[in-house]
Amino acid sequence: MSEGIAFYAIFFAAIFTNNILLTNYLGMCSFLAVSREVSTSVGLGSAVIFVMTATSVLNWLAYEYILVPLGLIYLRYIVFIVIIAAFVQLVEMIIERISDKLYASLGIFLPLITVNCAILGASLFMIIRNYTFVNSLFYGMGSGIGWALAIVAMAGIRQKMKRSRVPRGLAGAGITLIIAGIMALAFMGFSGMIKIT
Amino acid sequence: MKKVFADDLGANNPVFAQVLGICSTLAVTNVLKNTVVMCVGLIFVTALSNMTVSMLRKYMPSRVRMMVETLIIASYVIIVDIVLKAFLPDISRQLGPYVGLIITNCIIMGRAEAFALSNPPGLSFLDGIASGIGYSYVLLAIAVVRELMGSGSLWGYTVLGDWWTNWSIMVMAPGAFFMLAIFIWVVKGINNKEEESS
Repeated sequence: MSEGIAFYAIFFAAIFTNNILLTNYLGMCSFLAVSREVSTSVGLGSAVIFVMTATSVLNWLAYEYILVPLGLIYLRYIVFIVIIAAFVQLVEMIIERISDKLYASLGIFLPLITVNCAILGASLFMIIRNYTFVNSLFYGMGSGIGWALAIVAMAGIRQKMKRSRVPRGLAGAGITLIIAGIMALAFMGFSGMIKIT
Repeated sequence: MKKVFADDLGANNPVFAQVLGICSTLAVTNVLKNTVVMCVGLIFVTALSNMTVSMLRKYMPSRVRMMVETLIIASYVIIVDIVLKAFLPDISRQLGPYVGLIITNCIIMGRAEAFALSNPPGLSFLDGIASGIGYSYVLLAIAVVRELMGSGSLWGYTVLGDWWTNWSIMVMAPGAFFMLAIFIWVVKGINNKEEESS
């Protein structure tokens, strides 16, 4: 199915037309919780880009070379979750040793990422769509960038909005969802450009 | 026991009060049928994983607690996934990765952490069912509106006649965001009024 799609098409589609947050609704929990400040959302966004790229690749390898040959496809959820959790833990430990500065800016977000559904979602989408190795790499990276783009944009809007008067019932989650809806509408403008299924 | 139900369905409803687990809220609610299937699966997983966590709570070392919980949840999700593939292959295909994503639904983990770790298995089972239902009725309400307005039908049957022009935006991504925001607004508005009057 995906044989004909070039990796750069997948890359751009994952960022714009099939944005993992705005069209597939993945990673909403942390999106709502951490989008108050631009600086924190940049930190979380870059952590997501990194983890998503790496785990897509790792999960692809585990799926093709371990699960499929052994006929254990039904175990994929457990395996993916364990790989993601282990990877995040490992990176956290490494970053802590290497650089305090990086740990302060990136490390604190890593535990949040294990429960971010976008990470698992990207891996599951890549399996369902039968991506090749290179495609998975670029799909993971593109989805991560797309997610980061959305959360940074949202944080920017919310910072501006601090001074505006929001109806009481809408303050917090409500207004954020409405902005996300408008952003999704805007991203739909890209939809004619590239299509991946 | 009654209090458990009342809390989870009303004031402490996971979707409104804590805005948890809305990933799948949004993704599957464009068609009512898929939503019902998803809800049943979710209630099953929440109830059983809550019970299992509660039964194991005295044996789990607290350092690896989260990991154990995740694995328990993942095992039940696999059961749901396999059952769906066998009996409802069409819906299973439409739901795609979202069945698997029940694992990362924060509600289940949240209930396991907040309730099952400190309560006996029976009560945890009930709490799982209650929070599952509390989550489901929000999903169902959103799904009814979205399917009705987006495709003029309910459960796949055409309800509104030819005069109805479909709001295709409702079945697409933005519609889901707007609907959930409106629901939260309404519920919070009601809660605020109650607070003021009491």
